[in-house]
Amino acid sequence: MTNEGRGLRAEDVAIWRGDRCLFESLNFELRPGQLALLVGPNGAGKTSLLRVLAGLASPTVGRVSWQGTAVDALPPELRGAIAYRGHLDGLKKDLTVAENLHFFAAIWGGTADLSLLVELKLEAQAHTRARHLSAGQRRRAALVSLRVAASPVWILDEPMTNLDAEGRAIVMRWLTEHLASGGCAIVATHQPKDFERPGALVIEL
Amino acid sequence: MKRAFFAILQRDLQIAFRRVSEIANPLLFFIIVASLFPLAVSPDSEHLRGIGGGVLWVVALLSSLLALEGLFRADAEDGSLEQLMLSPVPLGVAVLAKVTAHWLVTIVPLVLLTPVLALSFALPVGVLPVMAFALLLATPTLSVLVALGAALTLGLRRGGAIVGLLVLPLTAPLLIFGTRAIDLGVYGESVAAPLYLLAALAALAVSLGPVAIAAALRVGVE
Repeated sequence: MTNEGRGLRAEDVAIWRGDRCLFESLNFELRPGQLALLVGPNGAGKTSLLRVLAGLASPTVGRVSWQGTAVDALPPELRGAIAYRGHLDGLKKDLTVAENLHFFAAIWGGTADLSLLVELKLEAQAHTRARHLSAGQRRRAALVSLRVAASPVWILDEPMTNLDAEGRAIVMRWLTEHLASGGCAIVATHQPKDFERPGALVIEL
Repeated sequence: MKRAFFAILQRDLQIAFRRVSEIANPLLFFIIVASLFPLAVSPDSEHLRGIGGGVLWVVALLSSLLALEGLFRADAEDGSLEQLMLSPVPLGVAVLAKVTAHWLVTIVPLVLLTPVLALSFALPVGVLPVMAFALLLATPTLSVLVALGAALTLGLRRGGAIVGLLVLPLTAPLLIFGTRAIDLGVYGESVAAPLYLLAALAALAVSLGPVAIAAALRVGVE
């Protein structure tokens, strides 16, 4: 296996909330080009697991690594390898959509490609402050960070929330392109059928 | 890294200028509290001259606390803090950029205002540049300390008062050297020693502080 240890790997991961164990002994490895779907009822610990996988929190037990390095201590050359889209959209409400895009580009070292806003049908809102967008438009605007960052790992927490059919189609298209170009992704969802594709790993909590 | 530093600096300045009341509040607090002392204590200028330096320092301390205690709260609430943590930018650099932005918009105007208020305490005109310079040297340290308090209390719903309890005892050296500089200035002696000490503290805070703040933020976001 040439890809051994190259992907996102969870070893013996357990997460406790207070004295309650959400799950334990979770093992999986996500290889380049692979999609994982994380399913489970509300409160099963999907978001907690995704935050641990992104390196934003530490697991109670176990280890999560990307290319063999712990995700919460990535060396400088691997920093930025993981893109996380959670429930918070990460936009500054007092900045316009275009300003937010420019900021993402400066932080992630990419270029602020305004055609992304055209693709997201947000070109008319480019100079609107994020505060005045609808929940769905904010969600779309937040998605641009995925394209700007070009991270090999996408961690998406219920990415379809608040999106209309067109928005969902964009997420699907970008996800397919991301996987085809050798990226991997883990998606928490209540509609796993929407994402199903051959080779997808299903993780049930 | 330089691009990221200036991008964060610019973003926070832009946001600050779109929410002017948040910049103005600590400044107004500073003016009002400082003007209460002559009313409450005594309008006698001999008396005011004795307490003026100390009063202005304490009020400047409290205003900075007010200005910076919520430094990371908005970023934590809208998710931009966790995005910064995942980005390729070292978190310490991002922290330094944020502290610099807030120092520029809230603390520097306060320092510029101090000489004017010092006149109402009948402090000799010759000591005003010393006072402003001492504040300019002390406030970077102060901003880093308050930012550290803000980072440590990030997980708490109402962090404000606790930041004060955490940070104010640590500001004692600033207060001692800062008021010492004014006293020496009032008596016309050399003020170099306390100013050097304030500068040394600033160098220490600005170089090591962001690393500590970054570590506190990682715990806070978890």
